[in-house]
Amino acid sequence: MTRIEKTFDRLAAANEKALVGFITAGDPDTAKSFEIISSMIDNGVDVLELGVPFSDPTADGPVIQRSSARAIKSKMTLGKAKEMVGSIRKKYPDTPVIVFSYYNPIYAYGIENFYGDFVSAGADGVLVVDLPPEESDEMTGKWTGDPLPLIRLVAPTTPDDRMKHIADVSEGFIYMVSKTGVTGSAGLDAQESSGQVARLKQMTRLPVCVGFGISTPADVADMARVADGVVIGSAFERTIENNIEDPDLAGIIGRQTAGYKAATRM
Amino acid sequence: MTQEQYRQYPDEKGHFGPYGGRYVAETLMPALLELEAAFNRFVPDSEFQAELRVMLHTYAGRPTPLYCARRLSDKLGGAAIYLKREDLLHTGAHKINNTLGQALLAKKMGKTKIIAETGAGQHGVATATAAAYFGMECKVFMGVEDIRRQAPNVKRMELLGATVEPVASGTGTLKDAMNEAMRYWVSAIRDTFYVIGSVAGPHPYPTMVRVFQKIIGEEARAQVMETCGRLPDLLIACVGGGSNAMGLFYPFLNDDVAIMGVEAAGKGVETGKHAATLTAGTTGVLHGSKSYLLQDECGQIREAHSISAGLDYPGVGPEHALLKDLGRITYMSVKDDEALKAFETLCRVEGIIPALESSHAVYCAMTEAKKRSTEDIIMVNLSGRGDKDLGIVAGVDEIKAK
Repeated sequence: MTRIEKTFDRLAAANEKALVGFITAGDPDTAKSFEIISSMIDNGVDVLELGVPFSDPTADGPVIQRSSARAIKSKMTLGKAKEMVGSIRKKYPDTPVIVFSYYNPIYAYGIENFYGDFVSAGADGVLVVDLPPEESDEMTGKWTGDPLPLIRLVAPTTPDDRMKHIADVSEGFIYMVSKTGVTGSAGLDAQESSGQVARLKQMTRLPVCVGFGISTPADVADMARVADGVVIGSAFERTIENNIEDPDLAGIIGRQTAGYKAATRM
Repeated sequence: MTQEQYRQYPDEKGHFGPYGGRYVAETLMPALLELEAAFNRFVPDSEFQAELRVMLHTYAGRPTPLYCARRLSDKLGGAAIYLKREDLLHTGAHKINNTLGQALLAKKMGKTKIIAETGAGQHGVATATAAAYFGMECKVFMGVEDIRRQAPNVKRMELLGATVEPVASGTGTLKDAMNEAMRYWVSAIRDTFYVIGSVAGPHPYPTMVRVFQKIIGEEARAQVMETCGRLPDLLIACVGGGSNAMGLFYPFLNDDVAIMGVEAAGKGVETGKHAATLTAGTTGVLHGSKSYLLQDECGQIREAHSISAGLDYPGVGPEHALLKDLGRITYMSVKDDEALKAFETLCRVEGIIPALESSHAVYCAMTEAKKRSTEDIIMVNLSGRGDKDLGIVAGVDEIKAK
């Protein structure tokens, strides 16, 4: 059983949903970033999405764009992110870590090298936001050996037949984008998103996690009622941005995390 | 490889050999599939073609002349230089060929809003014009640096009823404008058509833009056959994303004609301040397709530099990448000051004010003409007029005077 499967099983037994926390590696710097991640996991993040910054993040809104820029400035690279995954794995043996990036940094790193390095570092999956099923074989086709699930996305624009195909080729869990737009867009339409989740859940037995536009514990509670997990990203980055000089930054993020986690308990 | 094979690309998934494709977020994929289906359904249709032909003829000013630049050729003392005068088109550049095509397609698809990115502003103006023509709502994303250096085109877009959205992220140039247009498109995907201005972006854009621009080469081919009774020896065009170049080159790919694409060398390729993607770049993925890019060893995109806003882009169309690898097209680069020299020469000798983008191609032609016999024919795509660049050129003159 994989760490992802164990995590969702444990949560189901406890009548909880997964809190999936996205954070940009290296924002504001590598050491603080590790403190922030530890605080997130200590306070209830069940699955960590570790973002590796790209200079031109076209799927991200201004908050994650600025976060990526800070991380690039602090010299975060896939090489350093690999070390970070190793450190997280050592400290938190049971928490799944999903590496999140755009395709170009992975392509530049080398598809085989990426796979080898991140599997040995202890990563549990990879999410490449600009690599749809039409193109993903060129990456996963070169991965032979231990599984490294490619976490796939479905969007509000994804029609049924396409959704079915994505569900069929998915591994680990499926990331359901709650709204058209970039990350950090305001305003969750809980009713519409719930309908989308229900549509997808009919097509798959994999856990479904919902993200985009979720920023408050109330949003988390709304989505936790229908989905298996809820993804928070920009809301954490916004906290970093607003408290960047605060010596208790990790503590602030920890309390924010605890608030979201409470909303995932049914 | 036999010559016929140059035109077999892309494959059904939009790949030009190892390049091209659709590297976009899932939210955009259904829209690209819908666009591809509409493109395949409407564009080959004779009714669509007839409608487009009338617009291009009566509104845009096609066919454009093929002009024999005799005084320039005489001055250089070599090959005869012919200029394909896309600068004479409505809105002042070749961009209108594509925007009228895409806007007509948007109309057939029932879309009422169009968006575009722009660098020099020529594509923005051409999109705003097409939007006005069809009565569509139009938003153009433009980097703040480009807004500064291409102010007349900003005014033009506003007069035409478009909203210009300033983009301050990154270097405030074409790349950032395209990032922002893609972000906006994701949020407005259901009723908005994205008019991409170059043979770049995800499939089907590189193919679609080439289809709408190849009229340049088709006309030029017929014109040179009529005037000279034979094909030219060499074709030259500037390459930023590469739409005017692909437009001229495509109909000649299977002919025995040498082809040169001219990139912007900025302050010199060795200085790192350039936009010579095919000359000095490496393979990667940006803005939805795989091609050559200016990037560091970690895959972060590098800043491009060129005096010409339209060439100031760290990527290039995927079909150019393939044609470079196949050795069909030779790509070289021309520096800022060399382009300015060609700009001045063409103004004085021929009475034609070329765009700084096109001036790169003119400089290359001046160099090549000298190396060739007077029997040779060089055809240059004069892709745009230079009125928009007077501020930049005046700025350079002031610097020189100090």
